[in-house]
Amino acid sequence: MTTTSEFDTIAAVATPPGEGGISIIRVSGDHAFEAVMPLFKGKALDKVKSHTINYGHIIDPETQSEVDEVMVSVMRAPKTYTREDVLEINCHGGLVATNEILQLVISQGARLAEPGEFTKRAFLNGRIDLSQAEAVMDLIRAKTDRSMKVALNQLDGNLSRLIKNLRQDILEVLAQVEVNIDYPEYDDVETMTTKLLLEKAKEVKASIQQLLKTAKQGKVLRDGLATAIVGRPNVGKSSLLNELLHEDKAIVTDVAGTTRDVIEEYVNVGGVPLKLVDTAGIHRTDDKVEKIGVERSKKAIAAADLVVLVLNASEPLTDEDRQLLADTADEKRIIILNKTDLPLKLEMSELKQLAGDTKIIKASMTQNQGVDQLEGEISHLFFDEGIETGRGNVMVTNARHIGLLNQASSALDDVMSGIAAGMPVDLVQIDMTRCWNKLGEITGDSYQDELLDQLFSQFCVGK
Amino acid sequence: MPEIQAYQGKDFDVIVVGAGHAGVEAALAAARMGNKTLLMTINLDMVAFMPCNPSVGGPAKGIVVREIDALGGEMAKNIDKTYVQMRMLNTGKGPAVRALRAQADKHAYHAEMKHTLEKEPNLTLRQGIVDDLIVEDGVCKGVITNTGAHYSSKTVVIAAGTAARGKIIIGELMYSSGPNNSQPAMKLTKNLEKYGLELKRFKTGTPPRVDGNTINYDETLEQPGDKEPNHFSYETPDENYLELKNQLSCWLTYTNETTHKIIRANLDRAPMFTGVIEGVGPRYCPSIEDKIVRFADKSRHQLFLEPEGRNTDEWYVQGLSTSMPEEVQQKILHSIKGLENAELMRPGYAIEYDVVSPYQLRPTLETKIVKNLYTAGQTNGTSGYEEAAGQGIMAGINAGLRALGKEPYVMKRSEGYIGVMIDDLVTKGTNEPYRLLTSRAEYRLILRHDNADLRLTPKGHELGLISDDRYNNFLAKRKTIEDEIERLNTVRVKPSAEVNAYVESHNEKPLKDGVLAAEFLRRPRVTYKDLLRFIPAPEKPLDRRVIEEIEIRIKYAGYIKKAEENVAKMKKMEAKKIPDDIDFDAIDGLATEAHQKLDKIRPETIAQATRISGVNPADIAILSVYIERGRIAKIH
Repeated sequence: MTTTSEFDTIAAVATPPGEGGISIIRVSGDHAFEAVMPLFKGKALDKVKSHTINYGHIIDPETQSEVDEVMVSVMRAPKTYTREDVLEINCHGGLVATNEILQLVISQGARLAEPGEFTKRAFLNGRIDLSQAEAVMDLIRAKTDRSMKVALNQLDGNLSRLIKNLRQDILEVLAQVEVNIDYPEYDDVETMTTKLLLEKAKEVKASIQQLLKTAKQGKVLRDGLATAIVGRPNVGKSSLLNELLHEDKAIVTDVAGTTRDVIEEYVNVGGVPLKLVDTAGIHRTDDKVEKIGVERSKKAIAAADLVVLVLNASEPLTDEDRQLLADTADEKRIIILNKTDLPLKLEMSELKQLAGDTKIIKASMTQNQGVDQLEGEISHLFFDEGIETGRGNVMVTNARHIGLLNQASSALDDVMSGIAAGMPVDLVQIDMTRCWNKLGEITGDSYQDELLDQLFSQFCVGK
Repeated sequence: MPEIQAYQGKDFDVIVVGAGHAGVEAALAAARMGNKTLLMTINLDMVAFMPCNPSVGGPAKGIVVREIDALGGEMAKNIDKTYVQMRMLNTGKGPAVRALRAQADKHAYHAEMKHTLEKEPNLTLRQGIVDDLIVEDGVCKGVITNTGAHYSSKTVVIAAGTAARGKIIIGELMYSSGPNNSQPAMKLTKNLEKYGLELKRFKTGTPPRVDGNTINYDETLEQPGDKEPNHFSYETPDENYLELKNQLSCWLTYTNETTHKIIRANLDRAPMFTGVIEGVGPRYCPSIEDKIVRFADKSRHQLFLEPEGRNTDEWYVQGLSTSMPEEVQQKILHSIKGLENAELMRPGYAIEYDVVSPYQLRPTLETKIVKNLYTAGQTNGTSGYEEAAGQGIMAGINAGLRALGKEPYVMKRSEGYIGVMIDDLVTKGTNEPYRLLTSRAEYRLILRHDNADLRLTPKGHELGLISDDRYNNFLAKRKTIEDEIERLNTVRVKPSAEVNAYVESHNEKPLKDGVLAAEFLRRPRVTYKDLLRFIPAPEKPLDRRVIEEIEIRIKYAGYIKKAEENVAKMKKMEAKKIPDDIDFDAIDGLATEAHQKLDKIRPETIAQATRISGVNPADIAILSVYIERGRIAKIH
């Protein structure tokens, strides 16, 4: 029995739709051929050689109508990314065609892949190790060039190097504690006192905190900045959204969203991936028949890191506008004053008073005005405020790494409180070692052997 | 020469080959469990001989000695009867790393142990060289000696030490020899190879000995023993403790630039560097020439002058292990302060010997290839008397249990340093003579010298190695500790003027309200003895060892709890067994290195597998999934 046989066949769009002209639908598993062949008009895919690419068409088997002109890559197990049979349908892209092909593959018995499931299989089938899997995951999930760069940076080992340096610092301290313990009569090495340990703990903690600061912006780069566009009906939210979803901007649609209520859409604004919250809500509430659901906008605001509040300059402020201004007062927000091409009827002095420090951008969606300014403002907010620049471009983006860094930091807190409570150095050392181990879990290094090597290379011990 | 005539000797349950520190513990344990036991040694005058340091204990090692005592072994009792100096090390540090060390009277240590063996009812002590084993269908059934005797047995323990094809090297001189010019065992390990066991060559060494009458002690620094009583065995009473004036001191001196110059000038005659020595030596106990080369910028190295016994003037120069030519050794000695006129009595030497690569062993120390055959001590690649004795008692227990048809005993890493050592050996193997260090234990706060009896006495009793009397005393001690801790968690210390005067004089914050006695004791500078000034005394005065235990448990409760949580996690992984017959080839997706290592070491639990270097978390995940599936498949 092989480890692969238990897994079912999965499928997903492997490319971010919108970016480039081609989309790839990847199908992996024992039944990959069964899931694709009934849809494919062209060569018999199960007869072609492995690792070939084959021209043909995807047809809807029920209506026999042609969906798209495609190339299908055929890769048989085990020399594939997942070590399973993999078929990749290269189609012309565009949300509609891509999703339709995916739906067809699913109708043939494949299951929609969970996010990262291909990589998970590669890991479980033993093709890649944990750290590689993590870097690949981050690369896949990178939403913009900038986030791609962070992931590549990490894959390249910049984070590892930084962590390794920190660990080396700690290791030298630990080796000294150990040599004091295991060679108590050895008088050539300075006794490691709690005072020295305290200094080191503070130093390492500062470095870890610095790294953790980058985590926040790293998370935004990886997961996107949750952004809510709010405003009462008919102020131009939908037009703003469409402007932002402009063709040459990377639109990423979470495929899983097709089965969910809420569609998350991503838009690249000056390198910042915006995750637009509840875009469905925006479309629906612009329908004049439906009134804005206050609850719905409140929810969107709560879920957002950034709120874009759209107002209509050609009408006086309404109570609804005032309510939204009040609801978003504590949020990071930008106000879009739309329809400035029409005669101004909104009382600017009142708005300025209600807006406080918030940047107000005058815009006209119909005249294509103000969107660039909005993008500039978001980029400014993102990069110049509240976002730290990481040490040597190192940003921590991975949730596991962040968790481990936090644990390492709390181990150092224990070191400090132990010292404050007058604990002897070999007990305080327990927490220092824990810190060192937690950092080692990030890079996947082992404990004991390193410590002993350090001990013997650093000290000439002999009893 | 006429051929040796074979003859059939007596039948035994357990045969132990070698009566060094491993062999004597193995034989005593097996015999005391009720097995008819034969202990073979090349030379009866070298039973429990100390060919190197005349000392027992130290960090980690001292704790092993106490673990051996808790399991009913002999090393602790033997050193308690024959030490010339006792010292507690690391007293300025925490409880986990305090370590007792004794200087031994080398001759008395040997004589006392030999007599103990002679008195043991189930044990036969015999001189002779074991040349071969009796092995049928991969099962060991006895031994064959150089005198032609065939002894059959249910199990065999080999603890051959450096006698196994030993080779002594002093400068250009090189000859086959066991330790201290004893006869080597030239055939046994060769035959082990024949049965499929893989061997390695290791090297160790010893420093020169000098005549104490020719040492100028005025030029050195005295290192006396302790006044406060301490023993290794939990059974040795304090009143047996030697008064300080009856103990012997050690003396501290240093090498200097002249010494180093002499060594550098003669490196072309140093077997360590001329390629003569092939065996791998220990990093933690390097020869002096190795120290000078590897740590060239150091201007001096410590040396301790240690007495070899009461009825001898021979002194051991600790720190000066060397295989330089005798002539150079004398020059080196004479360059050292206090040794300017020292007369060399025995030259230092290096010794190379055969080692059984320990990955071939189960955690019971039985070889995987030959059933009923166990190995222990230096044969398994360790160094040190304590490491040898620790394995010896475990090999003896398991060989004894097998002979009795009982389940084996494996000590977990969380239960003792002996468990740490054996797990390290069988899981990771070793590329140099293995020494126990406290840093090898992940749970060292739990593996303390004060609680070895609490950890292991119940097991020793269960195995029949601890008498009912001793066990009952142990239970009483344990109860006293628990009762007193409970009492300290109910009695309160009141903020009286007396109490606050005391705490302030100890740089502690004064009390505002009454606190529990236990909480009061948790303050770093408060001792149990002082605490008793402010609360009623217990019904009966407590033993100092009970007090020590109570103080540690209360003062370091937070750290101990954390360590125990880690132990609990590890135990979960220990519970995940890897089937004995697992076919690693059938597991898809293991990395090549992991596959090879797993196949070679064949770990018994998932926990053990995680400790193999080169087996990474992904491999563990795959292995776990595979085993889990196998389990499920069997159930359905």
